[in-house]
Amino acid sequence: MSKVVLKTENLGISFGGLKAVQNLDLEIKEKQLYGLVGPNGAGKTTVFNMITGVYKPTTGKFFLDGEDLTGKGQEAINHKGIARTFQNIRLFNNMTVIRNVLVGLHNQPEFKCSMVESIFRLPRHFKTEKAMRERAKEILRIVGLEDERNNLSCNLPYGKQRKLEIARALATSPKLLCLDEPAAGMNPNETADLMSIVRRIRDEYNVTILLIEHDMKFVSGLCDEITVLNFGTVLAQGSPEVALNDPEVIKAYIGG
Amino acid sequence: MKAQKHIKWSHYINYVVIAVATIVLGALSIAGVLPASYQIILENIAIAITLAVSLSMVVGFLGELSLGHAGFMCVGAYLGGKTVYVLAPIIGEIPALICGFIVGGTLAAVCGIIIGLPALRLRGDYLAIVTLAFGEIVWSIFMNTSEKSFGGALGMPTVRIDRDYLFVIALVVVLLCLAVTQNLIRSKHGRAITSIRDNEIAARATGINVTKYKLAVFAISAFFAGVAGVLLASSNYTVQSQKFNYNYSIEILVMVVLGGMGNINGSIIAAALITFLDIKLQTVLTGELAVLQDLVYAAILIVIVIYNNAPGLKGFREKYNIKNILAKLRKKNFDPSKSRDDEAKWDRVPTKIQMDEVLSVDVQVKSPYDPDKAGKGDN
Amino acid sequence: MEIIETIINGLSLGGTYAMIALGYTMVYGIAKMLNFAHGDIIMVGGYTLFVTLSGMGRPIVGLALAVLVCVLLGVSVEKVAYKPLRGASPLAVLITAIGVSYLLQSLAQIIFTSAPRMVYVGGQDGLGYVVIGDLKIQKHILITLVCSVIIMVVLSLFVKYTKIGRAMIAVSEDKGAAQLMGINVNMIITITFAIGSALAAFAGFFMLMKSPSLTNTLGAMPGIKAFTAAVIGGIGSLPGAMLGGLFIGMIETIAQVVPGMGAYTVAIEFLVLIVVLLVRPTGILGKKRREKV
Repeated sequence: MSKVVLKTENLGISFGGLKAVQNLDLEIKEKQLYGLVGPNGAGKTTVFNMITGVYKPTTGKFFLDGEDLTGKGQEAINHKGIARTFQNIRLFNNMTVIRNVLVGLHNQPEFKCSMVESIFRLPRHFKTEKAMRERAKEILRIVGLEDERNNLSCNLPYGKQRKLEIARALATSPKLLCLDEPAAGMNPNETADLMSIVRRIRDEYNVTILLIEHDMKFVSGLCDEITVLNFGTVLAQGSPEVALNDPEVIKAYIGG
Repeated sequence: MKAQKHIKWSHYINYVVIAVATIVLGALSIAGVLPASYQIILENIAIAITLAVSLSMVVGFLGELSLGHAGFMCVGAYLGGKTVYVLAPIIGEIPALICGFIVGGTLAAVCGIIIGLPALRLRGDYLAIVTLAFGEIVWSIFMNTSEKSFGGALGMPTVRIDRDYLFVIALVVVLLCLAVTQNLIRSKHGRAITSIRDNEIAARATGINVTKYKLAVFAISAFFAGVAGVLLASSNYTVQSQKFNYNYSIEILVMVVLGGMGNINGSIIAAALITFLDIKLQTVLTGELAVLQDLVYAAILIVIVIYNNAPGLKGFREKYNIKNILAKLRKKNFDPSKSRDDEAKWDRVPTKIQMDEVLSVDVQVKSPYDPDKAGKGDN
Repeated sequence: MEIIETIINGLSLGGTYAMIALGYTMVYGIAKMLNFAHGDIIMVGGYTLFVTLSGMGRPIVGLALAVLVCVLLGVSVEKVAYKPLRGASPLAVLITAIGVSYLLQSLAQIIFTSAPRMVYVGGQDGLGYVVIGDLKIQKHILITLVCSVIIMVVLSLFVKYTKIGRAMIAVSEDKGAAQLMGINVNMIITITFAIGSALAAFAGFFMLMKSPSLTNTLGAMPGIKAFTAAVIGGIGSLPGAMLGGLFIGMIETIAQVVPGMGAYTVAIEFLVLIVVLLVRPTGILGKKRREKV
């Protein structure tokens, strides 16, 4: 049995009287590709917002590698090893592609260089800059954006912007990478390409991946295990074949 | 490789120009050929450049609007100026001035951190108004001090440093300020700072320590404003607290805006030009006519901001942009949307600043592409 | 008795600030911009009053003309300077508004010079006093108080019960959705600027009734204070602006009565602002908005 990377216990949040997510228990194992699916408004992005520190859960806890991260801030959680992408893309639009990734590399211990060192242009500044650039190119190569690195990120087509967001999240060398609808707005070719990229990231960088997706082909083709949410509660959990054929799930999607 | 070297060199052109100017003018001054009126103009230009460059850090790169820059300057002018006044008879003018820079700058930086704290919670217009409030509080406090301590309404007497060399010191301060600002902005820390400006939420999610960088930028910016205040105190015989009201802050902001937000060289040119014109026009436009100048500045400000920012003029801007036209002349298949080299972009950050994201209703998130949610009902 | 007089004075000054703060808050709520030039509309209203009174017009005619001029000015400033920037970064709009403020101030100085002009709304000797028992209150203070209460009530009713008022609320909630519901957003924004400017004209009238000296910076400081009031009350909220205006008016009046505090009035007002914003960043009555992530 491989070790558990992310574990949530009874995780829940309510906004006023609305219980957006309740009693969520997840166990995501190392190098797993885990899917979170459900109809619109099921609370999937809210789960992401809780485990990345945007919202503080009202009930329950979550653990990364056994460490309780409940209630920590976004930056702290990122430093501990959870990175994410956003449903509505949030790139640094005024920056070039490579600089977006460089920002992601900012906190890596091997690229440490204090403000004083930068201001006085000590040797470490130049060394770090060069090394960071190399690493950034390497990461861009994985998502296939190396040739676009000097374009402004806002000029990229939609699919590439999504990939760039993945690259930026990956640059923070996370243990758990959370992708919020990575295939949204992509055509079938791009989706297939993305699937292979996600697998490569998992294999080459040893990251565990948690993703939200509506494209069921994408989910069943990629994920080892999924959780289906509806109205903030878990409908089914298990392998995609089993969970998606659960009568409750079919009812939630088709209605009736 | 050669091309890259050329671009790198262009990063340092502003240092070179200012350093050469300092040496040449300093030599002229020693030789006794530089008229006193020019020395005074140079002092004022150096002060204005220091203020504009330090403010452009907050406004252009961090993306927060500060309307209280003169407040930091006021702290520096009074506390640093007092230090110079007390120490000058004991240790001599120049060492006293340096002590004044350190005291004035540091205390202003402390104020910068204090005012940076609300910046962590407030954004956009709210922060602008808090900084404005800070500036007004500072000068009104000094206004009401006793005659013995800081002179109160009469103003505080200061040491007028010899004008034969004060402008040289002031230009050296400009070089220092420029070096700190540019080196910081053109480093990983600069990227972190601009990432906060571009998208604070994404910056947090990417692990950028927003608190640290906001406070650092406010502190550094305030430090140099404080130093500029000490310079101002030393170029006069007294300092008057009313001078540091919000009109002064806005004057500095105008320099930053006219120079192009986030464009340091632009701010330098605008600061120098406006200060020069101010002093020159004072003799031409006397009495009620002096206001003509304000009128023209205001009109230029409005026109430039609308021209640079109006969404309706976007196509026009891209078509008739001097930079793009020049690049087109040089290279036939030039695409304005592509920047040639990442390095070249460092000090040319576009002016679009997203503010007011957290507190206001008018959140302009790019409308998420609504995909045909394929496969939703498949299974 | 002195306490009651101080309270009435404070409420009256607060009423004037509330008039200005309402203009700020309405424009902020609907156009999502800080109209820095709002204070200078007051000044233009003041000069209109001055011109009318010099031409032997009656104060009430002057007030009517001032309202007219301010409305026209406010609307044209919106059309010329702010409308092209709709959708641009708020910072650009704010800086343009600062530019407009300076433009108006320097224009006024060119036309009327920087020498103060005296505007005696109630004749050279002022309007006199009203004596109720031991209380001796200046008439202009009562007029200001009564008028501002009436205006606030009318405005609240207008926003709540008329079609245009409801459209304003809709636009302030969601411009896009309001447009889809068939509301003419541009017209609503124009109307908002018109109402805000009319209120500014009233504020100018009240201010000149209190002290007749008129310069081109008449509206600058009261404008900032009123904006402070709007922020303290919670910007975008009409009751908030009224509350904030009264609050600032009371603080200012009390600070001027307490010995040794008068000189620090401005500092105290701004300190209150900073404290309120730190404790409750959205102001006393402002709504908290959360950005969707």
